[in-house]
Amino acid sequence: MDQGRIIKVAGPLVVASNMQNAKIYDVVKVSDKKLMGEVIEMRGDEASIQVYEETSGIGVGEPVYLTGEPLSVELGPGLIQSIYDGVQRPLEKIQEVAGDLITRGIELPGLSRDKVWEFKATRKAGDKVQEGDIIGTVKETVLVDHKIMVPPGINGVIKKIEDGNYKVTDVVAVIESDDGKDVEITLMQRWPVRKPRPYIEKLSPDEPLATGQRVIDAFFPISKGGTACVPGPFGSGKTVVQHQLAKWADAQIIVYVGCGERGNEMTDVLMEFPELKDPHSGEPLMLRTILIANTSNMPVAAREASVYTGITIAEYYRDMGYSVALMADSTSRWAEAMREMSGRLEEMPGEEGYPAYMGTRIAEFYERAGKVRTLGSDNRIGALSAIGAVSPPGGDLSDPVVQATLRVVKVFWSLEDKLAYRRHFPAISWLTSYSLYVPNLEKYFETKLGRIWLENINRAMSILQQEAELEEIVRLVGLDALSPENRLVMETAKSIREDFLHQNAFHEIDTYTSYDKMSKMMEIIMLFHDLAEDALKNNVSIIDISELPVREKIARMKFIPENRIEEFDSLKNEIERSFKELKEKVIAEA
Amino acid sequence: MIKEYNTIREVAGPLMLVEEVEGAKYEELVEIELPNGEIRNGRVLEVDRDRALIQLFEGVTGVNVFQTKVRFKGKGMELDVSEDILGRIFDGQGRPIDKGPKIIPEKRLDINSAPINPYARDYPSEFIQTGFSTIDGLNTLVRGQKLPIFSGSGLPHSKMAAQIARQAKVLGKEEEFAVVFAAMGITFEEAQYFIQNFQDTGAIERTVMFVNLASDPAIERIATPRLALTAAEYLAFDKDMHVLVILTDMTNYCEALREVSAARQEVPGRRGYPGYLYTDLSTIYERAGRIRGKKGSITQIPILTMPEDDKTHPIPDLTGYITEGQIVLSRAMHRRGIYPPVDVLQSLSRLKDKGIGPGKTREDHADVFNQLFAAYARGLEARELEVILGEAALSDIDRIFYRFAENFEQRYIAQGEDEDRSIEQTLDLGWELLSALPTIELKRIRPEFIEKYLPRFKKKEESGD
Repeated sequence: MDQGRIIKVAGPLVVASNMQNAKIYDVVKVSDKKLMGEVIEMRGDEASIQVYEETSGIGVGEPVYLTGEPLSVELGPGLIQSIYDGVQRPLEKIQEVAGDLITRGIELPGLSRDKVWEFKATRKAGDKVQEGDIIGTVKETVLVDHKIMVPPGINGVIKKIEDGNYKVTDVVAVIESDDGKDVEITLMQRWPVRKPRPYIEKLSPDEPLATGQRVIDAFFPISKGGTACVPGPFGSGKTVVQHQLAKWADAQIIVYVGCGERGNEMTDVLMEFPELKDPHSGEPLMLRTILIANTSNMPVAAREASVYTGITIAEYYRDMGYSVALMADSTSRWAEAMREMSGRLEEMPGEEGYPAYMGTRIAEFYERAGKVRTLGSDNRIGALSAIGAVSPPGGDLSDPVVQATLRVVKVFWSLEDKLAYRRHFPAISWLTSYSLYVPNLEKYFETKLGRIWLENINRAMSILQQEAELEEIVRLVGLDALSPENRLVMETAKSIREDFLHQNAFHEIDTYTSYDKMSKMMEIIMLFHDLAEDALKNNVSIIDISELPVREKIARMKFIPENRIEEFDSLKNEIERSFKELKEKVIAEA
Repeated sequence: MIKEYNTIREVAGPLMLVEEVEGAKYEELVEIELPNGEIRNGRVLEVDRDRALIQLFEGVTGVNVFQTKVRFKGKGMELDVSEDILGRIFDGQGRPIDKGPKIIPEKRLDINSAPINPYARDYPSEFIQTGFSTIDGLNTLVRGQKLPIFSGSGLPHSKMAAQIARQAKVLGKEEEFAVVFAAMGITFEEAQYFIQNFQDTGAIERTVMFVNLASDPAIERIATPRLALTAAEYLAFDKDMHVLVILTDMTNYCEALREVSAARQEVPGRRGYPGYLYTDLSTIYERAGRIRGKKGSITQIPILTMPEDDKTHPIPDLTGYITEGQIVLSRAMHRRGIYPPVDVLQSLSRLKDKGIGPGKTREDHADVFNQLFAAYARGLEARELEVILGEAALSDIDRIFYRFAENFEQRYIAQGEDEDRSIEQTLDLGWELLSALPTIELKRIRPEFIEKYLPRFKKKEESGD
């Protein structure tokens, strides 16, 4: 085996000489402890290596072994329900071999070599196939049919294919490729993480990724194949938003990357997801989820790799024709890992010490999302949506990571600590957030929920904006100085905020709202507003309106279960009746 | 075979460069012998060909480039542990300073432990009653959590931390917490306050202290919290104890880190702190937690003073991103004489949802605290209005919330230094205060709880009037 020699150790950076046969981004094993590392720079025969494991105790003169391969992930059945570290080592297996702590030099394959899967061929010998074609399936979980695809770059005729029980490394088919060679197809393929997986073409997004979160779905929707970022100071609920999306997003596969975040949070996901039921299928959410956990105290270089590991796995499922959602929490920690490595390499720093190439890396990452026509002759459509949390220092949005992210993503969910302090959750600001997908999705909403939904949403937004302006006046001269019409705007805005936008992630019903229920809720609020406007014209006082007992019921409509949606009709009737009585009372008094 | 070198090339700041070294390892412990025979400790920061860069824990005063000897110990920094460490006081490098005997080690542990596998962690969910309403009721602490106190100079964080250490208990269980206390660069009086407090209450018997005072070598502080956590891990995971770790003051720790970084001429991040401050802090804070199948736990309460009370300063900022919430102390509240001066709206415990509810505290807990927060926030808005326009300008409902906020601060937040409120008392107090609001405003509480709990307090009030 080719071998170099360490000449320098500085934290996660190791420099080795005699490395003339190494290539940039090749994986190497450092010292006899076999620590995993990646070549990130070459000068003559000296290679700079970022090491994915703690380097204490490593010294000059120790060997570095070359593997000649770039950092790759294993793709095949068994990914779902796994929890990996940043370089796709299964944490469950690590515990079996190493105990409760992650010790060094553990080498474990990403996919279990022992597990047997039932393979069903969908093509037969003699069929002509091309790259990306599905040749068979494996039932990975109740929710996921794992499609076995012809790996990219292979075209030819199937020579042999057979149903049966196989391990991931067993040959399930042989393809005689166009250049006459026999290619053995196993259930598993490998792919280098830093290289996007190929597809035929990108398509423009036209369908929302329903998340069950009212403020997102109604006002700032993300499309299937879209990109979004959630920046916010600590304590503003980024992680809760990410968890909520991972739980309820209407995607078939969820890849959750915990990048440099808290260990206990990952444990929470691990313990909670198997118990939560997918609202669409009724099965545990874990059956469609892959977790990548590189907590903040795990080595920083592996944190840098974790987002790539995550998105490569996500692309693989996208290629099967699935809608995949990837959550990365938090991309700031990823950028910081880049900064740390850059500092150790003594590169010239850009803004705030971040490397000059940080913006490019972030853009490249988000550009791997999208709705695509995948490889293969059957015109499959797959979508990969990417949602990244950003943790700007002090919540300051001028932070270089936020700015680099905003340049590429289309949806911006701005979390504000001011809202969080008032316990308005999700603390997504309705005044500063935006979604550039709204025009693309209009047609979808119109056919699904009708024109009225779009109108209501626009009206609600303009009421919220009026409230922000009126608040200034109230602050100066008091609420009493407002006209009854303006006071009604304040009342309705409050109702939109408290009865619609505010959503309790920990309440069993409130945690998820379907588009149907959402549109009913919005209708109720707008109905009340319209009737109140009309009543004001008929000399009903604003105090009487705001003290209507039916408002308590409006405040509780978010707790109406999805299967009792008809209760909205009786609520509607009650509102109409209340206003009728109010008006009659005024007439009687006159 | 330990080799000795006298090939020191450079001494500057807390750093020393040694040349012609063979086989030095990264993070290796180093012993330095001064011409007068004094022994100091250091650690290898970088090895580059035959050069080793060493960080000296006790500073460079008196080091001579030509006559000082350097010995590489071939291992990282370790702590000797046995059950006898309980009740003892050590210096910032783990050497006994209480005139007691040497520790006969049962084990020697590397002070940089490997990260806990997230898969092996058990989710913290056992409620810890601290006796503070602001913590128990609103920012619930659970076993295995790391919940820092963000304070400012002159605020009573020490008093609060000592009270927590004194009162903390898990309901229904008699086990007491063992306390591991790490002082980094605090004053003698402050350290003495804790020691005295632990002695008076007898808590010293189950306390291990690591003390690095303001006058002690600054660079030593980099090792102090790691020593403390190593002791805590030993007590928690080897000896099945529930350990409460108090680290004060993390700001001094970060400054020591900055000093080393500056001496190495590294590219600085914000405010001159090194770019890896987040990663470094996480290797301290993430050592809190529970492990499945192990009885013990480590709960951390780091204390840090925010320079200029600025929460966006890198130290509190990065801490907040790693810890599971924060207790923020407010100077304005302190000036008004409220103890503990907890800024309720800025404080947060991320793990509270798992630690509260039926079987843990009480079924109505979550709703009550949501409602208290919302009502207090609204009361503060009304207070803002009142400042500008006077109380007369407030609408009736605003006036009710305005009074609520006053009451809430005086009766709920404020409590005595010896007042140990049970969770029942805290929750009932919440209901009592909420009963002053119109029922329609209690939107965050489920109707069934309103029916069950509210009448008790509504009635009381009416009959009291």
